[in-house]
Amino acid sequence: MGRTHFSLAFASVKVHGLTVKVHGLNSYSESNPEMMQEKRLRKILTGGRILDPSQNIDRLGDLLIEDDHIVGIFAVGEAARNTNTQSTVESETIDVRGKLVTPGLIDIHVHLREPGQEYKEDLETGTKAAAAGGFTRVCCMPNTVPAIDTAAVVRQILERTAQVGSAHVHPIGAATQAMQGDQLTEMAELKASGAIAISDDAYPLQNAETVRRVMEYCAMLGLVFMTHNEDKHLTEKGAMNEGYTATVMGIAGMPRIAEDIAVARNIMLAQLTGCRLHLLHISTAGTVELLRRAKAGGINVTGEACPHHWALTDEACMGYDTDAKMNPPLRTVADCEAVKRGLADGTIDCIVTDHAPHAGYEKEVEFDAAPFGIIGLETSFALTYTHLVKPGILDLSDAIAKMTCIPARTIGLPEGTGTLKSGALADVAIFDLEKEWTVDRNAVQSKSKNTPFHSMTVQGKADFTIVAGQVIRL
Amino acid sequence: MKHLLTLRETSVDDIRYLLDTATAFREIVARPIKKVPTLRGRAMITLFYENSTRTRTSFEMAAKIMSAEAINISVAQSSVVKGESLKDTLLTLQALRADCIVMRHPCSGTPEFAANHLGIPIINAGDGRHEHPTQGLLDLLTIRQHKQDIAGLTVAIVGDIAHSRVARSNLWGLTKMGAKVRLVGPRTLLPPDADQLPVEVFDDLRTGIEGADVVNVLRLQTERQERGLLPSLREYSRLFGITPHSLKAAKPDVLVLHPGPMNRGIEISADVADGVGGIRSAIEEQVTNGVAIRMAALYMLMGASSSGSVEA
Repeated sequence: MGRTHFSLAFASVKVHGLTVKVHGLNSYSESNPEMMQEKRLRKILTGGRILDPSQNIDRLGDLLIEDDHIVGIFAVGEAARNTNTQSTVESETIDVRGKLVTPGLIDIHVHLREPGQEYKEDLETGTKAAAAGGFTRVCCMPNTVPAIDTAAVVRQILERTAQVGSAHVHPIGAATQAMQGDQLTEMAELKASGAIAISDDAYPLQNAETVRRVMEYCAMLGLVFMTHNEDKHLTEKGAMNEGYTATVMGIAGMPRIAEDIAVARNIMLAQLTGCRLHLLHISTAGTVELLRRAKAGGINVTGEACPHHWALTDEACMGYDTDAKMNPPLRTVADCEAVKRGLADGTIDCIVTDHAPHAGYEKEVEFDAAPFGIIGLETSFALTYTHLVKPGILDLSDAIAKMTCIPARTIGLPEGTGTLKSGALADVAIFDLEKEWTVDRNAVQSKSKNTPFHSMTVQGKADFTIVAGQVIRL
Repeated sequence: MKHLLTLRETSVDDIRYLLDTATAFREIVARPIKKVPTLRGRAMITLFYENSTRTRTSFEMAAKIMSAEAINISVAQSSVVKGESLKDTLLTLQALRADCIVMRHPCSGTPEFAANHLGIPIINAGDGRHEHPTQGLLDLLTIRQHKQDIAGLTVAIVGDIAHSRVARSNLWGLTKMGAKVRLVGPRTLLPPDADQLPVEVFDDLRTGIEGADVVNVLRLQTERQERGLLPSLREYSRLFGITPHSLKAAKPDVLVLHPGPMNRGIEISADVADGVGGIRSAIEEQVTNGVAIRMAALYMLMGASSSGSVEA
């Protein structure tokens, strides 16, 4: 039975023929030749509060892990007594009393910058940043150099991650070749080589006809199309939200309606084509309302939001702080409130970061000239816990769901991800909910330091993660 | 006050001090031998990323009258052409032992950037569409000279408000001094959420300048029409051009200001510009006041802080 579990667990993470492995797993078999001879490695996480929204579980208990998969959840102290295996067992007990144990977090919207921009971040540091934030699985956007528009780039990312990664990585394929907005990419081949979804992030499609054809093609292949919603004619030269703050600062603005118009168009085209649409980084009240109505009307569309779009407003840009510059930009209090309500009532499905590293010298320039984006993997859980869970806007189980099983389902990850159910791959996150800490840009795992949350005091921090049974402690 | 970056962040007391000091300096500017040793040994460097002969020359004149060194850097001639970052350029100027940097840049926020990265005083000579504090101050000075008290006056600023740093500095300076400010311009050239500013907003010239004590006419940049914000200069001129006829809506003794350079026949007619027929045009006085204001600014930021007197 143990044997069956073992091979099932591997099957559950086979992504079209290519097994996604993580750092150390290869060497794991080498350094543990006994594994070949039926020796099992067990880990028992004992005494923690186990919260698995996918199974509606929230109780104190022991989590039993064998090799790379989860055996099950037991009452505290009972896991050690579990003896349903005939082969030799090496057991390690990890005391997690007082801690929160959840499925490893999943971020379906990050930028890892490899290939091509490794000076900002690479697969090694980006996945370390993920691990530091409690993430065991991330999906990386295609605006790399070259773009993720061929199978070769997908494979490169997967192979590199197997060598140096501290989390699973799923590449997201580009919708058009070189992200030029013209020729479709070979999406079938992208999917076959391991791309998990398709996106136009950072290069939003402006031509409705192109969007339609991309959606038809994605629908044919069963791929989710993740859209960056922006009418670039309306946002031309804009560097922050259009409004009073931009007027006072003398900065060209990006009106909220630029996002709303693109969202409306994309929703209508999704309805026409039957494509599964996912709205990236929702930042306006208008978008939240459009999404709410679309769902009520039975259209197959989902959405996500980033912590900065509920935690900060465009006033954070005063002083021309380029660490407050991102796209879509920080908006107004009304938009933050709408995003929070959207998360609370289920309109917005996922919490993501849009982790977008940039080098210090790139950001330390004129506000208009600075690139858009902030890092976010290492602060996301804390900002969710501090600004949504503690004030009672979202309960903890919903928050964890929006960072585990819901994103897994939204983007089409295989069965068995984002969950602690028996047989699932052992991807686990352990948090200290009580820990109060101050965000320090100089203490991050990421290569880049561009965060507007520096010096902010928050609560909730990841202690360590477990990826395919391997403990990742940074 | 360490820097002069914006009028929005300059206190009323500091504004008054600058106006009073400039009033005293005006007397020096009017002399045949315009030279005082007040800032001898100090070096002012102007760093202009945008062409501007008038403002730069005004600063240079102000510095030299006070015996300071004036060194001008304009971007086309400097290593910036080779791709040097703003930060590195600024650090180089500081390392050259400049005592004050006067900056003009097409991007808003750059003087604040300079102030954050350097230890020496920065004067904003115009950043993007954000602020032009010395222009705002010289406009205040000019108004005060004609109207004695700024408080209670109705001042209409007419033109491309959205892109105007002069409009912004003026509105902050004027409202702090108690004036009632109106922003007047075509809707496509009014900034978003302008109604949240402490002003009244008009998209019709006649109602906008009705009963105004002062009309400050902004230069229309011709590229606005190219960018689709205006159908033509002709239509702008017909709707918003300041002519002896359109000016009749204002008070009979209305004061006309213009930051220069003027597009005669577009935003302002030649007759108004030249003060024909009793129209009070203070445009040339503004330029002279500009030198005095810049002397006051340089004195406030570079002068020995202990000695409060102006050496004559």
